[in-house]
Parts: sequence; C-alpha cells; structure tokens
Amino acid sequence: MKNINWFHYAAPQTFYGLAGKAWPWFAVLATLLMVAGLWLGFAVAPTDFQQGEGYRIIFVHVPASWMSMVIYLAMAFWSVLGLTFNTRLSGMMTRALAPTGAMFAFLSLWTGALWGKPMWGAWWVWDARLTSELILFFLYLGYIALTSAIDDTRRSDRAGALIAIVGAINVPIIYFSVKWWNTLHQGASVSLTKAPSMAEIMLWSMLLMALAFWFYTIALVLYRVRTLILQRESHATWVHELEEVKP
Amino acid sequence: MRWNSWAEFWAMGGYAVYVWGSVGVTALLLAVEVWQARWAHRVVLNQLKAEQAVAQLPVEELM
Amino acid sequence: MSGTAFMAVLRRDLLLAMRRKSEVLTAVFFFVVVAALFPLGIGPELNTLRLVAPGVLWVGALLSSMLALQRLFEADYRDGTLEQMALSPTPMSLLISAKLLAHWLVSGVPLVLLAPVLGLQFDLSADALVTLTLALLLGTPVLSLVGGIGAALTLGVRGGGVLLSLLVLPLFIPVLVFGAGAVEAQASGLGAQAHFSILMAMLLPAAFFSPFACAAALRIALE
Repeated sequence: MKNINWFHYAAPQTFYGLAGKAWPWFAVLATLLMVAGLWLGFAVAPTDFQQGEGYRIIFVHVPASWMSMVIYLAMAFWSVLGLTFNTRLSGMMTRALAPTGAMFAFLSLWTGALWGKPMWGAWWVWDARLTSELILFFLYLGYIALTSAIDDTRRSDRAGALIAIVGAINVPIIYFSVKWWNTLHQGASVSLTKAPSMAEIMLWSMLLMALAFWFYTIALVLYRVRTLILQRESHATWVHELEEVKP
Repeated sequence: MRWNSWAEFWAMGGYAVYVWGSVGVTALLLAVEVWQARWAHRVVLNQLKAEQAVAQLPVEELM
Repeated sequence: MSGTAFMAVLRRDLLLAMRRKSEVLTAVFFFVVVAALFPLGIGPELNTLRLVAPGVLWVGALLSSMLALQRLFEADYRDGTLEQMALSPTPMSLLISAKLLAHWLVSGVPLVLLAPVLGLQFDLSADALVTLTLALLLGTPVLSLVGGIGAALTLGVRGGGVLLSLLVLPLFIPVLVFGAGAVEAQASGLGAQAHFSILMAMLLPAAFFSPFACAAALRIALE
C-alpha cells in the first residue's frame, strides 16, 4: 500500500512528494466507493424483517468500528517502526492517524447509541463491543493528550509511540476482560454484534463503506503528514524551494 | 429501488431520526476533518510564505 | 553486585518514603474517604452496599494508586538520581523494579490492609473480605507496575497528574474487572479461583515486562 520501497521514502522530502501525488487518487476512490456503498445500502438493500429500516445504521456503524481498530493497529505499527529505526516520519504518521482514529471511535459510539435506542430501548448498553470501543476511544484521547502536552518533538513522538504500543498490547486484554464481564453480568443476551442475518447486498454495502472509509483515511493521513512535514522541516532548503511556498 | 417516493426515503420507516442522525453526523464529522486538515495546511503554507518574503528582502530594507 | 544495587535502591526509596510520611498517608486516607463517600451518595441500604462494595473499593484503590504514582519518579528526576541510574552499569530495568517494589510496599500494601476494614462498612461477609484482600494483593502490584510506565512517560510534562490518569486508567480496567469480579464470584458461590488465576496471569508478565518498558520510557524522558 504505502510501504513500497519503504526506506527510500523514509526521508521526509521524498515522502512529501509521494504523498502529494497519492492522496488525490485515494480521495477520488473514497468518494466513489462511498457513493456506491451508500447507494447499495440505502437504495437497494432490502428492509430487515426484525429491525425495519433502522438497521441501515450498520452501514456506517460497522465500518466506523472497523476503522477505529485498524487505525489503532496502524498507529502501533508505525510506533514500533519509529522506535526501532528511529525515523522521524513514523512519528508523523502516527500523529496524523490519531485524530481520524479518535473520530471513527466516536462515530462508532454515536451511531451505536442511535442504533441501540430504537432496537433495545436504551441509548447506551454495556455491550462488550461498545464498552471496548469506549475504552479504545479513551486510549486515543490519551495518545493525543500526551503528544500535545510534550513540547519537544522528538520526546513527544517517542513517548506517544510507547503509549500507542502499550495500548495496543492491552487492547486484546481489555477486550477479553470486558467480554467476560459482560457475559457474567448481563441478564438478557442483548448484543449489538448480533447483526441481522445478512443478505448479501447488506454485506457488500458494509464492505464498500469500509473500503471507502479506509481510502478516506489514507488520503487524509497522507495530506496531514504533508502539513506536519512542512511544519517540522521548515528550515530545510528543499522546503524553501517548493513552488507552493514562493511568496 | 426500494423506495416508492422521496418522502418514504426520508422517513426511513419511522427511524428517520436515528438513521439520519447517524449518517448526518458521520458526514458532518468527515467534512469537518477534511476542512480542518486543509485549513491547517493553509496556515503552515502562509507562514512559510511570509518567512520566505522576509528572507528575500534586500538587506537594507530589514535595517 | 546487582543484588546489592537492587537492595540499595529499595532501601533508599523506602527510607525516603518513611521520611515523607505525609505524602504516603494522604493517598491512603484518600482511599478511606472515597470508600466513605459512596455510601453517602448511594444510601445506607446494606443490601445495595454489599452489592456495590467490590466495585467501589476497587475503584477507590485504583484512584488512590494513581495519586501515589506521581511521586514515583518525580523526586529522582529532579535531583538527577534518575540520570545516574540510567548511566550506571547495573541494568536500569533492575533498578526500576526496585523502585516499583518500594512503591507497591508503601502505596499498595496499605490499601490491601485497609480494604477488609473498609469492607466492613459495606457489610461484606468474612469470606468476601478475604477474597477482596487476596484480590487486591494480586492486583495492586499490577497497578504499580503498569502505572509506572505512565508515570515515566509523563515525567515533568504539563498537566502531569490528570494526563497520567487519562493514560493509565484504561489500562487498569482488566485488573478492575477481574479483581472486583473475584469478590462477586465468591459471593455468588462460584468461587474466585479462575479470577485469581487470571490476576496472576496479569501480574507475572507485568512484573517481567514493566521494568523494561519503564526504563525505555524514562530514557525517552531523560534525553
């Protein structure tokens, strides 16, 4: 994906160019996929027998959940890379990913609540997945808070990388704990994971939306990293010679 | 096509608030994110442009 | 040689804590106050209190641990001892583990000893109190170990205390779930064996890996 010939592109200057060329394509793909997914999910997919039209929320809820988890894994990946190879770009990638990940985690919770209210009568249920999602949201906030609080860029990146990795290791432990906690305490088996038996069309819509979100994320993160590169490398000659910086 | 009319589509079988509340907030947040990223980029570019302008002034003007 | 270094750090930290008793006692009294606040907020119905007791006492212990965490590296960071530890021939992780042990002895053990007393306020049975104490005995070291990583990362950072809480509380959740769950399982007759095993399963890797993670975090802070 973005790892072709990694070490060549590890230099901020090279990556700036590459990201600049790449992000528009991802943005276009994301838009097309989103249109396709939404059309399939909202115009074509049949009504659910049990949940009526309300089930259509899953076409944003599930992809958002997936993305919140994928992005955290990506953050952990770049963090390991950064601490191992001491590359500046890794810290920037992790930092660029965090806000989008937090946003998707929030969306997952928000849409989850809006789905739960009509279906199970409560705005919030301590379902294992929703609770784990909430904790994941806290982990994102922790990373953002920590990196924002440290002024020194290098220390900020490395501290952030460490907390991202520690968090990633804990996510399965937390998920297991919450799942156990949920099954023991919950009376009726209310579960937002029990999706309606999926018509194929529904599955396709979810997949399309998930891909759309994924490409959206890549496009946005590449764009953000360019901003970060400009900020951090502002004293480099190559920055001064960029077209867009000429007064 | 599922829907017989636009009215039906917007009503979403009575779940309008929940469905459009979800889709709407999603669209809103995505848009805000994109806008914020572009805005941040513009700020940095303007800053760099200003620095370049100062750097290119003949030395006498700076004195 | 490293054995004596370990003991030296341990003794030093314990001595320093004894000299600054007020800091230690404050965190412990915090636990007492929190445990008293909940019944005041919930009502004196003993049946309700018995139900919420494990959760309340555990959350109190968590919060108290967090208050104590801020002290862990602060003083050594400021007076340069931490740098000395980083530069010494003894592995930093070993010295850190001594500090973490001292921290637990001073901040965690009092909680373990106090909990059964406070549990009486919630009308917990003798068996439940034993389970609670044991669970805390297994869980509080994990709080010191995992919390230490957070303390190391936030050394000298603005808004340190609150930031530390935000970082570390989500990581405490598994301990909370199984620690409080142990008491509930015992109360419902299922027995807390599984919970103790899981708590142990969390404690051992934490005890092994945390000193290394703390050392890494401290090196990041010291650069």
